[in-house]
Amino acid sequence: MALLERREDGAAEIEDRFTRLGDDDALPGSGGVLVSYSRFSAEREALLSRDGDLGVWLDSNESPTQLADDLDRLAVVACNFPAFNDGRAFSYARLLRERLGFKGEVRAIGEVMLEQITFMVRSGFSTFELKDLKELDEFKRVCDEVRVVYQPTGDGRQTALQRRLGS
Amino acid sequence: MYRYDEHDHALVQDRVTQFRRQVERRMAGEISEEQFRPLRLMNGLYLQLHAYMLRVAIPYGTLDSRQMRKLAYIARRYDKGYGHFTTRQNIQYNWPKLEETPDILAELAEVEMHAIQTSGNCIRNVTSDQYAGAAKNEIEDPRIWCEIARQWSTLHPEFSFLPRKFKIAITGCDNDRAAVKVHDIGMIMKRDASGEVGFEVIVGGGLGRTPFVGKTIREFLPKEHFLSYLEAVLRVYNQLGRRDNKYKARIKVTLHETGKEEFARLVEEEWMEIKDSTLKLPKEEVDRIAKHFEPPAFRAVPEVAPTTDARAASDAGFASWLRHNIFEHKTQGYSIANISVKPMGEAPGDATAEQMDVMADLADEFSFSELRVTHSQNVVLPHVEREALPALYDKLVEAGLATANLGLLSDIICCPGLDYCALANARSIPIAMKIAERFTPAKQEEIGDLQVKISGCINACGHHHVGHIGILGVDRKGEEHYQVQLGGSATEEAALGKILGRGFSADEVVEVVDKIIATYLDIREDGEEFIETFRRVGQTPFKERVYGTA
Ligand code: SF4
Repeated sequence: MALLERREDGAAEIEDRFTRLGDDDALPGSGGVLVSYSRFSAEREALLSRDGDLGVWLDSNESPTQLADDLDRLAVVACNFPAFNDGRAFSYARLLRERLGFKGEVRAIGEVMLEQITFMVRSGFSTFELKDLKELDEFKRVCDEVRVVYQPTGDGRQTALQRRLGS
Repeated sequence: MYRYDEHDHALVQDRVTQFRRQVERRMAGEISEEQFRPLRLMNGLYLQLHAYMLRVAIPYGTLDSRQMRKLAYIARRYDKGYGHFTTRQNIQYNWPKLEETPDILAELAEVEMHAIQTSGNCIRNVTSDQYAGAAKNEIEDPRIWCEIARQWSTLHPEFSFLPRKFKIAITGCDNDRAAVKVHDIGMIMKRDASGEVGFEVIVGGGLGRTPFVGKTIREFLPKEHFLSYLEAVLRVYNQLGRRDNKYKARIKVTLHETGKEEFARLVEEEWMEIKDSTLKLPKEEVDRIAKHFEPPAFRAVPEVAPTTDARAASDAGFASWLRHNIFEHKTQGYSIANISVKPMGEAPGDATAEQMDVMADLADEFSFSELRVTHSQNVVLPHVEREALPALYDKLVEAGLATANLGLLSDIICCPGLDYCALANARSIPIAMKIAERFTPAKQEEIGDLQVKISGCINACGHHHVGHIGILGVDRKGEEHYQVQLGGSATEEAALGKILGRGFSADEVVEVVDKIIATYLDIREDGEEFIETFRRVGQTPFKERVYGTA
C-alpha cells in the first residue's frame, strides 16, 4: 500500500501519519489516528480532546455533512470506495470542499482505480491510497491526459467556458 | 449545427490518445480484460456475442453530410460494410477489431464525433426531437440546450460512476417526438405566464424491467439555471440511488422509493445551494452556442409547389410517400423529409455504407448538408424545398430508400436481439422482418398509424413498453418465446402497454399481430387510429380474438 499526495507537477509518495484504528483497537497515547464514523460518533469527546491529529473515514453510505460541526478539528477525512463503480464519494469530496469548506486532507481509500484519479482530483481529493506504487509513474500522466475540462469544481481549474470568455 | 472550437477539439483528441494507450496496454497484456472492461466501456466499446461492438454518439441526432460520409467510410473500412442506427440516436458497429478501435475514434475526432459516454453508468448521449430547428410549433431549438448539456456532462468528475446509466432528452415542442417522459430526465421547453422561456423538468421515466412514466418535479425552470438544476438532480441521485441491486439503481426506482414530493424537495434544497454558482449560464455562452443553430439560408419560395402537386396527383407511390414521410416545416415552401431505413426484408436501423453515402449526397443536394437520425431508427433530411420533393423521391427510389412507411406498421423499432446481443432471450430482428413482410404496403396504409416495438429481453432496448403493439422476447424452458402487450405510447400522452396474456412461439406471434390488427379494423370508428381504438375499447376484444375467450 502506498499513499500519494497530489502535487503541482504530479504526485509524491508520502508517509502516512495516521494509524487506522479498528473500532475495538486501543487508542494510542499520541500520534495521528484515523477512525470510522461510528467510532467517532461514539467516542467523539475523547477523540477530539486527545493529543494528536484526528481523522475520520467515511464509508460510501456516510455523508460528510454529518461531520459539518467538527470539520475544523479534523486533519483528514477519508472517503472509502468499496468498489471502483461506487461513485458516491465523488459527491462527498465536492461537498467537503465546496459546501463545507474543509481545508484539510481528503483521502481516497479502498478501490482507487488509477484511471479515476483525475475525477478524484477534480472533486477535491488530495491524497490517494494505492495498492501498488508502480502506479506513481502513471499518476502524473493520467492527471494531464485530458487538457480540457468543462465543469467548474472546487479545484479551480480553468474550464473551457472560462477560457472562451477570457479570449 | 454546432462546430467544435479549439477546446472541444482538444478534449476529444486527448481522449483518443488516452484510449489508444489503454488498448495498447491491453494488447500487451499489461492489464487484464477485467481491468480493461471499465476503460473500454467509457469509450462505448462493448464485448458482444461474437465480437466487440462500438457505439458512436450522434449528439442529439444531428449530423452533417461530412460526418455521415465518415460513418460510411468507417463501416466500409473497419466493419462489414454497414452500421446500425439505434433508438438513442447512436450508431453501432458490430464488427470492429479491438486494435483498430483507437483508429476509428481518431477518424471520428476528425469530424467532431466521439464515443464518449455511450456506455457505462454515466450521463449518456443527450437526445432530442429529430425535427428540432425545423418543426412548426417549436418554442426554441432544444439542441442549443442539448449541446450545453453535452459539454457539461462530458467527463463530469462527479457523475461518471453513478448508480446506473443516465439518459436525458430535451424537446422544444408540445408534440413530443423525443419520448422525454421515458427518460431519467426529460425536459420540455415552455413559456411561463410572463412569456419567458424555460423548461418543465420530468424525472424518473424509463423502460427496462420496471417501466415508469416520468413525473414532473418542476413546472418551470428558467433557462439560466439549466445546469445548476441538472447538477442538483444528479447530485441527489448519486448519493441516494441504490447501489445494492443493479435492477433497482435507476433514478426511476429512487424516485419511486423516495416519493416524488420528497425527491423534489431534496433537489430544490441542493439547487438552492448552487443555483447562483459558476454553473449559472452567462448569456454570452448561450448566445455563442445558439449561433451555431441558426437556421440555414432558406430561399423565399412560394407556399404552392405545382410540380410536387402534379406528381402527387398522377403517381400513387409518390403520393403515399408524401403522405407518410413528409412533415410540415416551419418555413414557407419547405418540408421535412424522412428516409425510412426500414425497407422490407432488412433489419430495422441497419444502413449500408452505400446508403449512408447516398444520404450524405442527398443532404448536400437538398437539405443544406444537414441530416438527423431519429429514435425510431430512421434518417431525416430536415430542410427540403417542397418543390424539390419529386427530384428527391426519384433519387431515393433509385437507392432503395423510398419506403413510404413512416409511422406505419412496418416502421418497427427493434433491438439487435439474439442475433447480436449477449443478453437476449430471443431474436427480435427476424420477428420484425416477418411482421413487416406480412402486410402489403396497401394494407399498411389502410391500417394507418401503428407502432410496433420489439425487444429481445426485459432490458427493453426496443422500447416494447411504449409500442402500440409491444413484443418482448422471453425464455421459456430454453425456447424463444414472445409476450405481446397493447396500448403503449411514448408521446406527450405517454402510457405503458398492458400484457395481453400468455406468450407465443416465434411462428405464432405473427399470426397474433395479424389477429390484433384484424380486430382493430373490424371495430374502429371513423378516422380512429389503432391507439385511439384501443383506448376506447380496452383489451377485451383483442383478447377474445387472440385467445378465443375473454
Ligand atoms: S433488449 Fe435485451 S436483447 Fe435487446 S438489445 Fe437490449 S439487452 Fe439486448
